[in-house]
Amino acid sequence: MSFFNDLQKVLRQNIREYGMFIALFLIMAIFTITTKGVFISSRNISNLLNQTGYIAVLAVGMTLVIVIRHIDLSVGFLAGFLGAIAAIALVSWGLPVYIVIPLVMALGAVAGCITAFPVAQLGIPSFVASLAGWLIYRGAILLVTLKTGTIIIPDAAFNAIGNGYIPDIPGLNFLPDVHKLTLLLGLVAIVFYIINEINSRKNKMAYNFEVLSPGVFALKLTFISILVALITWVLAGYNGLSWTVVIVLIVVGVYHFMTTQTVLGRHIYAMGGNPEAAQLSGINVKRLIYVVFGSMGMLSALSGILFASRLQSATTTAGTLFELDAIAAAYVGGVSAAGGVGKVTGSVIGALVMLSLTSGMNLMGIDISLQYIVRGAVLVAAVIFDVATRTSGK
Amino acid sequence: MNTPILEMKNITKEFPGVKALSNVSFRVAEGEIHCLVGENGAGKSTLMKVLSGVYPHGSYDGSILFGGVEQKFSGISDSEKAGIAIIYQELALVPEMTVYENIFLGNEIKKGLAVDWNETIKRAGEVLKRVRLNVNPETRVKDLGVGKQQLVEIAKALSKDVKLLILDEPTAALNEDDSENLLNLLRELKDHGVTSILISHKLKEVIEIADSVTVLRDGRTICTLDAQKGEVSEGVLIKNMVGREINNIYPKRAKKELGEVVLEVRGWSAYNPILGRTILRDINFNVRRGEIVGIAGLMGSGRTELALSIFGNPIGYHIKGDVYVKGDKRQFHHPHDAIVAGIAYVTEDRKGNGLVLIQDVKQNITLANLRQISKRAVVDDNLEVQVANEFKSSLNIKTPTVEQKVMKLSGGNQQKVSVAKWLFVRPDVLILDEPTRGIDVGAKFEIYTIMNRLVSEGMSIIMISSELLEVLGMSDRVYIVSSGRIAGEMPIEEATQEKIMQMATN
Repeated sequence: MSFFNDLQKVLRQNIREYGMFIALFLIMAIFTITTKGVFISSRNISNLLNQTGYIAVLAVGMTLVIVIRHIDLSVGFLAGFLGAIAAIALVSWGLPVYIVIPLVMALGAVAGCITAFPVAQLGIPSFVASLAGWLIYRGAILLVTLKTGTIIIPDAAFNAIGNGYIPDIPGLNFLPDVHKLTLLLGLVAIVFYIINEINSRKNKMAYNFEVLSPGVFALKLTFISILVALITWVLAGYNGLSWTVVIVLIVVGVYHFMTTQTVLGRHIYAMGGNPEAAQLSGINVKRLIYVVFGSMGMLSALSGILFASRLQSATTTAGTLFELDAIAAAYVGGVSAAGGVGKVTGSVIGALVMLSLTSGMNLMGIDISLQYIVRGAVLVAAVIFDVATRTSGK
Repeated sequence: MNTPILEMKNITKEFPGVKALSNVSFRVAEGEIHCLVGENGAGKSTLMKVLSGVYPHGSYDGSILFGGVEQKFSGISDSEKAGIAIIYQELALVPEMTVYENIFLGNEIKKGLAVDWNETIKRAGEVLKRVRLNVNPETRVKDLGVGKQQLVEIAKALSKDVKLLILDEPTAALNEDDSENLLNLLRELKDHGVTSILISHKLKEVIEIADSVTVLRDGRTICTLDAQKGEVSEGVLIKNMVGREINNIYPKRAKKELGEVVLEVRGWSAYNPILGRTILRDINFNVRRGEIVGIAGLMGSGRTELALSIFGNPIGYHIKGDVYVKGDKRQFHHPHDAIVAGIAYVTEDRKGNGLVLIQDVKQNITLANLRQISKRAVVDDNLEVQVANEFKSSLNIKTPTVEQKVMKLSGGNQQKVSVAKWLFVRPDVLILDEPTRGIDVGAKFEIYTIMNRLVSEGMSIIMISSELLEVLGMSDRVYIVSSGRIAGEMPIEEATQEKIMQMATN
């Protein structure tokens, strides 16, 4: 009996965090039924994740921007513009991929800092500063593709980022249709997760801190393990892990660690919660604006690379409305417009929710007009849920 | 005089898990000034929210009689219609709007569909005269000082033909002059038949102005005292508020050993280029090891600007002058530099720029010194909880866990979290700006005790305060600031309220 009491308590206390997962699960279940299982097929899920990639990396950066009470509207066309630069660097300048990618990402970071300059130094609202960026980068894309129009990228290594999959372990003959390395990685992830959780629990117990009761703890481990196993199994059924997913996982991992475990992360959230208090606590608030916008710019570059690689070309309209998709993903993912609250993992789930809606409704053959309306309704519903649980919660 | 204008009978109000008011009875006679006192959390604000309809009829038990009629307010607009106006500590004015717009906000005088601005301005002028506020009604509210803004709020209430005026800690943010003005105004309004309820932590002014006083403690009415019968005195009030006698509000230190000069400021001046005004002029002061230096002065005299600019956060001012820490000349370009040099600043506005309210106790405590609990820029969460728990017990912070959000704590406990945050930096000099504003007697005593412990351990404290008794009770030496200058300095033995006040208003 106490097990269920514990479970109830944990669920109630963390309803905000789990709400997003439950919503995603529901959406997936509904589409699986309405599409007679096509939605959950390996091929569709794999596609869905690859489509989410370039929005997800933007949403990660946007999370931090919104947490520090700012906004960046320029990221969509910045991504498109930097994608075009990457294409030009590969095609016209003949630079190799391993130079182009870091170069473009560095350019992105610089572009982010340029947006940050009027915001940090002059106190100009980021909405205005980044709206200017939106216009400028839109013009910049048109400018660099003026003579050529769409630039086709012939580089196989570059295109693999958006279309390729990790290689399988050679020489294994069992389970011919299943991607073995993906399964292995999934298994490693589960083992790593369990060991990590047990260690952290032990550590907490050594300090005499409150921990989950053994029953609930075991349930949590089992649940997450099964979830990871399922996802891996579905992905392994179709080509395995794509490079896009690998990149997104790395980005999310790095940013999740940065925001939750490091001094920098603490400073960012403190600034979001109360900028004056952060400043008086010796935190260099101006520098943080540069850091957060710089990281946003860098991730915009990554988004642009993912998108160009996926299309195997740089187009004149690349990046259109990406910024709004990223902002919506962040809000759906529980980031607060008032600042100081929000998780990068939440935003990525938010991106998945929005892309699942698009994908599911496409499969059902629902007209694009209705799709927009449904997505708008979900955005509002998610934010209402978030506000309601925040005010009533602990 | 004895007919009650207001009678609240057997009011009980419960929140999930807490009984905020239990069986409270509260009776206010027509035409009197009735003070409501009690520690933070005693239920004063809840009672007033029940009265004004913020908690609508049905959400509490008991009955309210106003003007002899039973009232069932379902919202603030109902109680306003009945003639009850409440003025909160946080003013509800729109800073960018003019005085007359604010006075008639929500109550606009109309001619047809449009607002009749001429009539509005005329009527605003009349009501401003009633509160003796001599400003042009077309001034923007943001250009007025806090004291005058308070008067605008009262004018707003009067414009609605108010019978009962409730003021929630109106003088908390006011200096002595403005406070005195406000109290005089209440007396005048009383002569014109307006009844007032005054909630205040400042017992001195309660004693000065009250016709009767009701004391609440732990959600119950403890007693109602009649001033004319001589029942009201500081001792009686404190005893009833805390349920125990505090013989001395200011604990004495066992021994005082003053060491070398730790912080010295020479020739400090600040100029505000936007207003084109000199804020601080040629200020010199110092503090020794183990010493509490009081900085007294009225609000607006430049005390907070002085502290902030020394702390490396001069908000756009041009600064001249030198700071010496333990004899070495230092320059602080950012609060970070000051912290590294061993200076900490506990701000006067803990909610505005002191604490991150949406974060929990432990995160607030460690914010200014995360390096201490991290390895290679990675924060050790477990060590953090341990540090926070140590402060929780050593400063007696009343919170269920250190994972509690700071916004859920009472004012006194929030202040302790602010202090804990800066103690974790282990400073040599602790600057406390209004350390006990808006907190109750019990918590004040605890803060004073902590201050005494810190200086006896060799820390130096600079205490900025507008409460003269606090300055006199706690300091070893007093500087008086007036109009951006040091108007005087004296050892505590020579200081009296009169002397300080004279210099401060000079």
